[in-house]
Amino acid sequence: MKTTPANKNIRRRRSLSRNDRFTLAAFIGIPTLMQIIFLWLPALITIILSFTYWNGINVGDIKWAGLANYRNIFFGTPVFYEALKNNAIWLLWFTFIATPLGILLAYQIDRKIKGHKLFETVFYIPVVLSLAIIGIIWNFMFQPGGFVQGLMGRDISNAVSIWGNYSINTYVIMGVASWRHIGYIMLLYLAGLKSVDPSLREASAIDGATEWQTFRKIVLPTMRPVNIIIVVITIIESLRAFDLVYIIYGTSTAWPLLNILVFQNFAGQGISMKGAAYAVILLVLCVGPILLYLRSVFKEDLK
Amino acid sequence: MSSSIVQNKEYRNKQKVKDNFISAFIGFFAFVWIFPILWTIWTSLRPYNDIISNGVFSWPRHLNLDNYFTAFRKMGLTHYFLNTLYVTIPAVVLTLFLGSLIAFVVSRYSFRFNLSLLLLFTAGNMLPIVLTYIPVFWLYIKIGDLFGNRSLLYNNYLGIILVHVAFQVGFATFVLSSYMKTVPKEISESAIIDGASVFRHYWNVMLPLLRPPLAALGVLMSCWIYNDFFWALILMSQDSKRPVTSALRQLQGQYITDFNLLAAGAIIVAAPTVILFFVLRKQFVSGLTLGSTKG
Repeated sequence: MKTTPANKNIRRRRSLSRNDRFTLAAFIGIPTLMQIIFLWLPALITIILSFTYWNGINVGDIKWAGLANYRNIFFGTPVFYEALKNNAIWLLWFTFIATPLGILLAYQIDRKIKGHKLFETVFYIPVVLSLAIIGIIWNFMFQPGGFVQGLMGRDISNAVSIWGNYSINTYVIMGVASWRHIGYIMLLYLAGLKSVDPSLREASAIDGATEWQTFRKIVLPTMRPVNIIIVVITIIESLRAFDLVYIIYGTSTAWPLLNILVFQNFAGQGISMKGAAYAVILLVLCVGPILLYLRSVFKEDLK
Repeated sequence: MSSSIVQNKEYRNKQKVKDNFISAFIGFFAFVWIFPILWTIWTSLRPYNDIISNGVFSWPRHLNLDNYFTAFRKMGLTHYFLNTLYVTIPAVVLTLFLGSLIAFVVSRYSFRFNLSLLLLFTAGNMLPIVLTYIPVFWLYIKIGDLFGNRSLLYNNYLGIILVHVAFQVGFATFVLSSYMKTVPKEISESAIIDGASVFRHYWNVMLPLLRPPLAALGVLMSCWIYNDFFWALILMSQDSKRPVTSALRQLQGQYITDFNLLAAGAIIVAAPTVILFFVLRKQFVSGLTLGSTKG
């Protein structure tokens, strides 16, 4: 049994000329080599570096540290747990608020309610903007002299700090993050909804099903592949959340996230391999959703 | 019979009222969504002194495009836009080219490691990018030293292009290979029977068929690469070589007090992707669809 596919392979390869085999090797080899050198090799090096002491300046100074970096993180760095908490808040918010809102929005737009074309455009615009721009735009809302400050009746001279107010900044950050996420989820879902047979929905409407019943019993189940992808995107985005907070706070730990801690230890001054260890922790957390995604996407091929 | 029709009519009317309500509700949020952008545009049209002396909500004394001209002149945006072009165009072309090579081989020839290859590329696209910052930085310096030219990759457009390609090629491969699976095998078989070489099979037979997904991916990736500003902050030591989005980040610090000028700068930098989205919306959407709904 086992020899049959191998034989086939050999026959296949023999039918190719030397030139063709060379072309195929180049077709595979060049991109794969690039992918390995610039992506997988650096990732591997980071994993190794996470077990060392190094200040990032001289390669000769690298010293073996064993698990010291991890021990330091887990037992000696309270900010790590703060970051975990913020990542968890991010995940919960996205899972229970932003993503469902994006899905419901897609559903309503797909029903072609009045103004659906305009809505689709408006909600998607934030997704095409660079975070460098998003940071500036939201600063105009919250910074001294910004719109919200104006609403609160405060001019530049007597402005209050919104980003620095710990009782509200979590909500503000979640709001701005959703500003981007909802449009993204909406568009992904909208694309999937186009493939749902409209007659199914009509039939359920004629049978007297309510809007909500139709959505839960007809639309959601038929969208299973898209649902999995959206779940994975939501989890991964929450775990590697970073740029938005970086734009607001830089590498300070005013509102720490795992990725911010990586960046703080890993770039600029004061490089320490604790950053590598943070990155590896992040990677470990991402492995689950990545595998889930790969499994659902390559379901047929893996069989 | 007739009663059911009446019932249906009643149902429809009720639905209509409900739909109008939903429309209004979403419309309100749409306004909230677009408002920060409108506010930025509004700010960009006013001179700075207007706000300082009259307050945030004051009715503007002057509304003009002065800030835009000043932004172009003082911030040197044209120069930074060119930098962006030097990075984005080669990166997108190279990503699509390499991605199509892998997708072509994987979907048309059966090797034992096809699936592993596809997994390697797709998983690579989902790795947390931070994992690679320090090693890539060192790799660039070392490779540079090896060739006796430190800025062969570091502080060079080529280096930025290569990291973008390495990160995006996974997505391109995934999308293109799932598209190619829908192209009938007979086309390839007849090409092979006609004695086409592998290269001709790729270049003359498959590539032309890939035009729709290539266009979609091209639009999507141009947008992603245009918007990225992190790599340039890490891998470019010279400010003057950075792309426009990184430069904007830099200018934000520099012009923090003149935020009407900054608003104009932000709108100028935002314009290309927003225009791209409006003009090539179909490609945009289908690019995301191709990558996401294949179950």
